Amino acid sequence: MFGKLTLDAVPYHEPIIVVTLLGIFLGGLGLTALITYFKKWNYLWSEWLTSVDHKKIGVMYIVVALVMLIRGFADAIMMRTQLAVASGGSEGFLPPHHYDQIFTAHGVIMIFFMAMPFMVGLMNIVVPLQIGARDVAFPFLNSLSFWLFVVGVALINISLGVGEFAQTGWLAYPPLSGLEYSPGVGVDYWIWALQISGIGTLLTGVNFFVTIMKMRAPGMSLMKMPVFTWTALCTNVLILASFPILTVTIALLTLDRYLGMHFFTNELGGNQMMYVNLIWAWGHPEVYILILPAFGIFSEVVATFSKKKLFGYTSLVWATIVITVLSFIVWLHHFFTMGAGANVNAFFGIATMIISIPTGVKIFNWLFTMYRGRVEFTTPIIWTLGFLITFTIGGMTGVLLAVPGADFVLHNSLFLIAHFHNVIIGGVVFGYLAGFAYWFPKAFGFKLNEKLGRYAAYCWISGFFVAFVPLYILGFMGMTRRLNHYDNPAWHPLLLVALAGAFIVALGIAFQLLQIFVSIRDREKNRDITGDPWGGRTLEWSTSSPPPFYNFAHTPVIKELDAYWAMKADGTVNQKPAPYEEIHMPRNAAAGLVISAFSLVFGFALIWHIWWLAIVGTIGMLVTVIVRSYNTDIDYYVPVKEIEKIENQHIQAKASQA
Amino acid sequence: MIKKRYPKLFGLLSSLYATLMLSGCDMALLDPKGQIGVDEKNLIITATLLMLIVVIPVIIMTVVFAWRYRASNKDATYTPDWSHSNKIEAIVWTVPLLIILVLGTITWETTHSLDPRKPIVSDAKPIVIQVVSLDWKWLFIYPEQGIATVNQLAFPVNVPVEFQITSGTVMNSFFIPQLGSQIYAMAGMKNTLHLIANESGTYKGISANYSGHGFSGMKFDTLVTPQEDFDAWVSKVKASSETLSAEKYAALEVKSQDNPVELFATVKPDLYEDIVAKYTHAGMEMPSHTESKE
Repeated sequence: MFGKLTLDAVPYHEPIIVVTLLGIFLGGLGLTALITYFKKWNYLWSEWLTSVDHKKIGVMYIVVALVMLIRGFADAIMMRTQLAVASGGSEGFLPPHHYDQIFTAHGVIMIFFMAMPFMVGLMNIVVPLQIGARDVAFPFLNSLSFWLFVVGVALINISLGVGEFAQTGWLAYPPLSGLEYSPGVGVDYWIWALQISGIGTLLTGVNFFVTIMKMRAPGMSLMKMPVFTWTALCTNVLILASFPILTVTIALLTLDRYLGMHFFTNELGGNQMMYVNLIWAWGHPEVYILILPAFGIFSEVVATFSKKKLFGYTSLVWATIVITVLSFIVWLHHFFTMGAGANVNAFFGIATMIISIPTGVKIFNWLFTMYRGRVEFTTPIIWTLGFLITFTIGGMTGVLLAVPGADFVLHNSLFLIAHFHNVIIGGVVFGYLAGFAYWFPKAFGFKLNEKLGRYAAYCWISGFFVAFVPLYILGFMGMTRRLNHYDNPAWHPLLLVALAGAFIVALGIAFQLLQIFVSIRDREKNRDITGDPWGGRTLEWSTSSPPPFYNFAHTPVIKELDAYWAMKADGTVNQKPAPYEEIHMPRNAAAGLVISAFSLVFGFALIWHIWWLAIVGTIGMLVTVIVRSYNTDIDYYVPVKEIEKIENQHIQAKASQA
Repeated sequence: MIKKRYPKLFGLLSSLYATLMLSGCDMALLDPKGQIGVDEKNLIITATLLMLIVVIPVIIMTVVFAWRYRASNKDATYTPDWSHSNKIEAIVWTVPLLIILVLGTITWETTHSLDPRKPIVSDAKPIVIQVVSLDWKWLFIYPEQGIATVNQLAFPVNVPVEFQITSGTVMNSFFIPQLGSQIYAMAGMKNTLHLIANESGTYKGISANYSGHGFSGMKFDTLVTPQEDFDAWVSKVKASSETLSAEKYAALEVKSQDNPVELFATVKPDLYEDIVAKYTHAGMEMPSHTESKE
């Protein structure tokens, strides 16, 4: 009846997990009680959960991303603590069965369920506003993407309390992830969490590619697009091209595990090297999917807070395009040690190095944007300066790893771990947090507390170096990754320093959370009436904060690159608006949530081999899709009166402040 | 010996840099005991120095520009609309390009000279050692000596070693940090790695690719000794009461953690080839194989 699922699947004998589960359970219960007490269920349902508004979907993405950041970081602290104590004969407090799940979950969560949703969230909030659109091209699809992603999050969190997670490393290399070596449900959780959320990501890619290509305001040619939108465009091209590879690779592994096929098994002609190639053919572009939007954020931030035009827009755009193309011909540098010939290794090594040229150009462009500017040391700029220094070092160690001869000794060592955290924390995380501080007032109508924001940045930046410089050194000392315990006493002091660094980062996260709390508490004090708190250059600052659900009462007409800057300069902003017209908008939809709920049932059932329930899930999804396609009442027109009311409010508020 | 392939200038700078980094720490990779490791250390240092040509100025510029052009410094020049300069563009594209040109050339050369499959030129006749990764231990077979060991490796100093590497389980990576290159051990695949030790000593060997719960204990000692001592070691192994038969290999395939050293006086002929064949297409016809699937 319940497949492989029995009560034994709950790890009630593991105190760490039980306490965590209890925490989640009580927290969830408290939240439910609060929502019920304040009678907010209706509000939550109609304003958020079923919303197709890109801004609200963006906010929900980021909320989940921040929650998962804490989950993933808790894993990090546990790993660092384990390695700080598991020295000289001690086995530490985490046995391999638990520890191996933690490092797998840490990687999966940080990439798929923290970085990706943070990026997609920022893109959701910003891109339509930057291009002068009223929503994305397919608002319902956007809602579906979000909920499919939430299903992935749900599955990985369910694995904590029901069964186990994969113990294979975040990319689940076979044959280790095959049925023979991983007979448990851990890899199946990995498969379905990634497969279902990955389809959501692919749909996001389609959605934003079409949005950017087809929905730009009149006059906004490609070379007048803000840099963040450019990087978002390139990222979505990468998603479109690479996520299908992930889908197929996971599908093949699924066939191996569920139907006894032999794509990647040791025997009967299976080929593990094929898997490693395929997963990195997705995995390397994935790195650029994450970093390109961060580059876009830094470009916006550095120009705005230097009070100066971005230096070398054209070369920045071309550098982005070059990186996009090159990111597809470097995947082999993840496994130079697999035994490919010298010509192959050299080709991929040199191709990788070539990427550092456009990347270097970008860094110089940001530097020369500050040059002869008026740099305001706001939180986003602190993140940017931290990024410039940190990322440059990470780039250098990356190019070093791209030299096959060097990689032969550094591969899989803690040097590698330090390198990719150097670029992912120093680039991606700093970038997204800069974007968070920069666009928060746009999304919510009030600024974040500056002081706490800066403290958070200082802790993250210094904590990063304290945590990861020891790892670089440990790499040279011959320490490899994913060790559960070790007997080399020389490693111990450095691992203690690394743990201290992790706690400094924890302090940074605490400041970040405190900042959000304090800023919400003091929101009236930090209210931004103008919609343009930073003296922005791009279109998103031309509308009120938070923008009305239709974004722009009139579709803006673009004449220059920094569109809003130009409007402010020639006085168009202050002109009396032309008479309003009805606005065509999409209606809320619950179907995305319902389809995803059934896909959760479907995924969970397949993980536990509960076949009848999988059929229920499949039918549920299909029926919902069919019902939704026959629904013709999916859009409406906003009456002129309502637009007038909303717009006049904003105009009056601005006037009263002036 | 592999001859040095980098400009002399870098050699000088690199030794300086290495002294700095070595002070007080026992860094395996910066204290190599064989030519391959030495070449790789020099390569790492050369590449790092080359990149510092750009990295250091970037860091300095970040600090200087941010400070000099801070909003409160009204003395600094302010050009809000300046956003293009052919001269700067030319420099920021050319300098990284030139560095990558040099580094790319070095990469092409060293990737070939350090190719794991390339035999090491030496007067001494190379010794062949077959390596099999198992759950969670290393099996070493000496086809020329007809002996085998678990979790202990030995070979003579200054003699090139040809490792033939495969796996009887999931993917692992065979790595002796102080001797240089690592390479993956994969079932059904034969990888080749040439190493040499130019100093006697005991060097730690590990698996550098996670392979499951017992991975952390998958370690072995590498005993590098003069030829006479190696010969004595071989005699010691030959005196062992254990032999590596097909049955004994089947027992080794069973999962075990922190496996002790084992010595085998004799080895079933062609055991290594059998282990490889088990997972290749040739193995598909074996009836025993289909049975084991059930």
